[in-house]
Amino acid sequence: MPFACIYVPNFPVAAALRAEPELQARAVAILEGKPPLEKTIAVNGKAARLGIAPGMTKAQAELCSELALRPRSALQESSAHAALLDCAQSFSPCVEDAASDTVLLDLAGMESLLGPLPEISRAIHQRAASLGLAAHVAVASNPDAAVLAARGFPGVIVIPAGKEAEQLSSLPTEVLFDREDWQKQDAQKENEKKSAARLLETFERWGIRNLRGLAALPEVSLSERLGQEGLRLQQLARGAATRTLVPVEAPPVFEEAVELEHPIVLLEPLAFLLNRMLEQICARLGSRALATQELRLTLELENFSALNQQSKIKNQQFVRTLRLPLPMLDSKVFLKLLQLDLNAHPPGAPIMKIHLAAEPARQRSAQGGLFLPPAPEPEKLELTLARIAGMVGENKVGALELLDTHHPDGFRMRRFVAEVARKTPQKKNPDSTAATAAVTPLRRFRPPVRVNVTLENGQPMRVVCAKNKEVQGDVLWKAGPWRASGDWWEREAWSRDEWDLALRNGNAVSFYRLVHDLLSGGWFVEGTYD
Amino acid sequence: MSSAVVSTSAALGRPFVFDGEAVPDVCSLVDVNRQDPADSNESPIARVLQSTIKNQQSKIPPASVTPASRLDIRPAPEMVSSGIPAIDALTGGLPRGCLTEICGPASSGRTTLLLAALAAATQRGEFCAVVDASDALDPNSAVAAGVELDRLLWVRCGERSPQRERAPRRHPSIALRACPEPAEGAGSDTETNSKDQIQSRSENPSDNRLEQVLRATDLLLGSGGFGLIVLDLGDLPPQAARRIPLTTWFRFRRAVENKPTILLAIEHHPIAGSCSSLLVQMESSNELAAKQRKNAAHGASRGLAVGNERAPEGRKKIDLQVQSELDFPYPTHAQLFPGLDITAELIRSRLDRKPTRSVAFETKTAWAG
Repeated sequence: MPFACIYVPNFPVAAALRAEPELQARAVAILEGKPPLEKTIAVNGKAARLGIAPGMTKAQAELCSELALRPRSALQESSAHAALLDCAQSFSPCVEDAASDTVLLDLAGMESLLGPLPEISRAIHQRAASLGLAAHVAVASNPDAAVLAARGFPGVIVIPAGKEAEQLSSLPTEVLFDREDWQKQDAQKENEKKSAARLLETFERWGIRNLRGLAALPEVSLSERLGQEGLRLQQLARGAATRTLVPVEAPPVFEEAVELEHPIVLLEPLAFLLNRMLEQICARLGSRALATQELRLTLELENFSALNQQSKIKNQQFVRTLRLPLPMLDSKVFLKLLQLDLNAHPPGAPIMKIHLAAEPARQRSAQGGLFLPPAPEPEKLELTLARIAGMVGENKVGALELLDTHHPDGFRMRRFVAEVARKTPQKKNPDSTAATAAVTPLRRFRPPVRVNVTLENGQPMRVVCAKNKEVQGDVLWKAGPWRASGDWWEREAWSRDEWDLALRNGNAVSFYRLVHDLLSGGWFVEGTYD
Repeated sequence: MSSAVVSTSAALGRPFVFDGEAVPDVCSLVDVNRQDPADSNESPIARVLQSTIKNQQSKIPPASVTPASRLDIRPAPEMVSSGIPAIDALTGGLPRGCLTEICGPASSGRTTLLLAALAAATQRGEFCAVVDASDALDPNSAVAAGVELDRLLWVRCGERSPQRERAPRRHPSIALRACPEPAEGAGSDTETNSKDQIQSRSENPSDNRLEQVLRATDLLLGSGGFGLIVLDLGDLPPQAARRIPLTTWFRFRRAVENKPTILLAIEHHPIAGSCSSLLVQMESSNELAAKQRKNAAHGASRGLAVGNERAPEGRKKIDLQVQSELDFPYPTHAQLFPGLDITAELIRSRLDRKPTRSVAFETKTAWAG
């Protein structure tokens, strides 16, 4: 039964580099502690070559001008850990969350699905890289051997069954002890460190520096001197320890967060950060074959501005929710939509922290038809609608929906979705088409045009409009009135008389609908028949 | 300058030479001239030039100049039904990938044709968009005409832009401000083009509407996938509609070309010039009757005479010549507006070179039965 281990060395640095990929080319050190007692806790290879080591104070580290110092961020580390779990779960359903930087997965039966083990290992390595994590991947026949190999060998390694002791023999004895579990409490960590240091000192005194030496020790003598712990370590060194995985079900939470040292005051740099976060979220969603239908952006603001009382600011938080009509997975589209939304609703204060969460949804499946008419691409259409809504107003673009009312203009706008149930185009009988005449529609004036009406025997004889000179003239013909009323139980009650008129204005004759509002007493031209 | 060169060559006794050409022998040319006494008046230099031009022409391969008869013929666009059989008979339908203009005054049947085309397109299963400059679409009429509202995108342009409305409220001390979008993705060129769309930008509400209409149309054309896109400019003042530069119409024409989209513009007067492939002028027969009356050529058409014997049963006809209440034989509440008589005239078609024709058809109101 093969097991794979994904191990991210220098996890705090890796989490920081995942959030800021431009730091890859620089020496980076992570600081922890309360100012002014901050100390470096992790450094990358470039920083180590410059002489920076964990445990140095901030003042010492700052002497190196090329070094980029970053505070340790729990948010970044939890995002990186979630990404690591997503990476593992995209290959196997049985995943153990061994540590914040180590994940184990059971590959039993995966060879028939995903190919031979070296190929799977390389795919895991590439998937981790696509999620922004430089990971070590090792495959072995038992979990502990896989963990030791992943901690000891960089890149990808596959240990054939039965050759664990031989492969692990060159590793130093330090790999047997957790170097650092970044999530453990301080007291527990200190105890473990002390016992590990004591054992390492003992091995050093015995002249044992690698696992080969430890594996070759006689078991009884080792047991007499170090007890059960010594035997356990020897089993590990021989690659012969066996145990079962403790699988975890990773919660479907897709969140990314960035804490900023200096507040952002423009949307342009915010867009860069959002782009990176969206790419990471989309990569994570994609690795689990999911999409999203709702994006929630929470910005923590520096100052509470009284000018923005009307926007959704709660406890100095600015929340925008982007609801999509269909599940999508395109970071560029999401970025554009967020940009358009933030352009329309700017936060109004400098941003200190960005939190982006995606609600997972199943990817949409669409079966295109060869003979079906084309439909707008949902992602493109959503962008187009967002742009148009930014131009004309949010409630001014969409699809129509008639309301169940007798009100003459009773409708509401709803979201336009280009994926209504597709139906086969109806082929009409040409004879029946010819038989039905076109409908005379009303062309509405919004708002209705107020007019002055000259009445004779209670009937309109002349219409005069001060604003629109085209809507006036003598009444040549009229039909009506038809009385209608409704919603009398509401505040928006309406009651009116409708007339259909033919007005002559110069040589032109036009047909209008004239309305007498019985509640206000005004006369309005509601539209023209066209 | 070139004449100076020639004269210099002549003075030196050498002919004018083109690059890569062998120098002709003057003596042999003189011999040729002797053989043709008709050309004896021409100077030797002119003869040299003529022969040189002939030589150059003979070097041009015949394939480099393609006769017009061999040019590729642009394939005829696919025509689809407009929803009104009479219009289909007149124009052959509405062409895909082309701009079609429907012009006419109020009550001339433009909206009838618009809704009929929308109904036909949505019933074919296509998605349609209406960019409504005047927010004039009546949903009840659209449903009565047979439009499937699920497939209709309605863009209601207004006099007030939300961006401009927000601008004055924004306090100058607010640090976070909107930034321009990066020029990437669909419709990114729209922002750059928006400035040249309206020739002079002012606070005129019509200009604001027009700007919204043009930008929305640009975006929808760029989005693709729509079977029919309608620009409803019917209620815009003609002087405002005429301010749309011709380059905008050219851009629309290019954007819709080779796509299965019909671009339909509803206007008061034709404004797209040669960019439109089809131009149909709509008129109400009632209006024609008024004109005829003015010219002392009276003619009764449907809907113009009360008690017209040809009128369908149940319809009360309208007599435009009757101007007083006393002339109405029926009380007003006993009458119904039955519909319009429309005359459509094909003004221009790039697809059909037949002479101008017109058709007449009737429309009826939803309550006319």
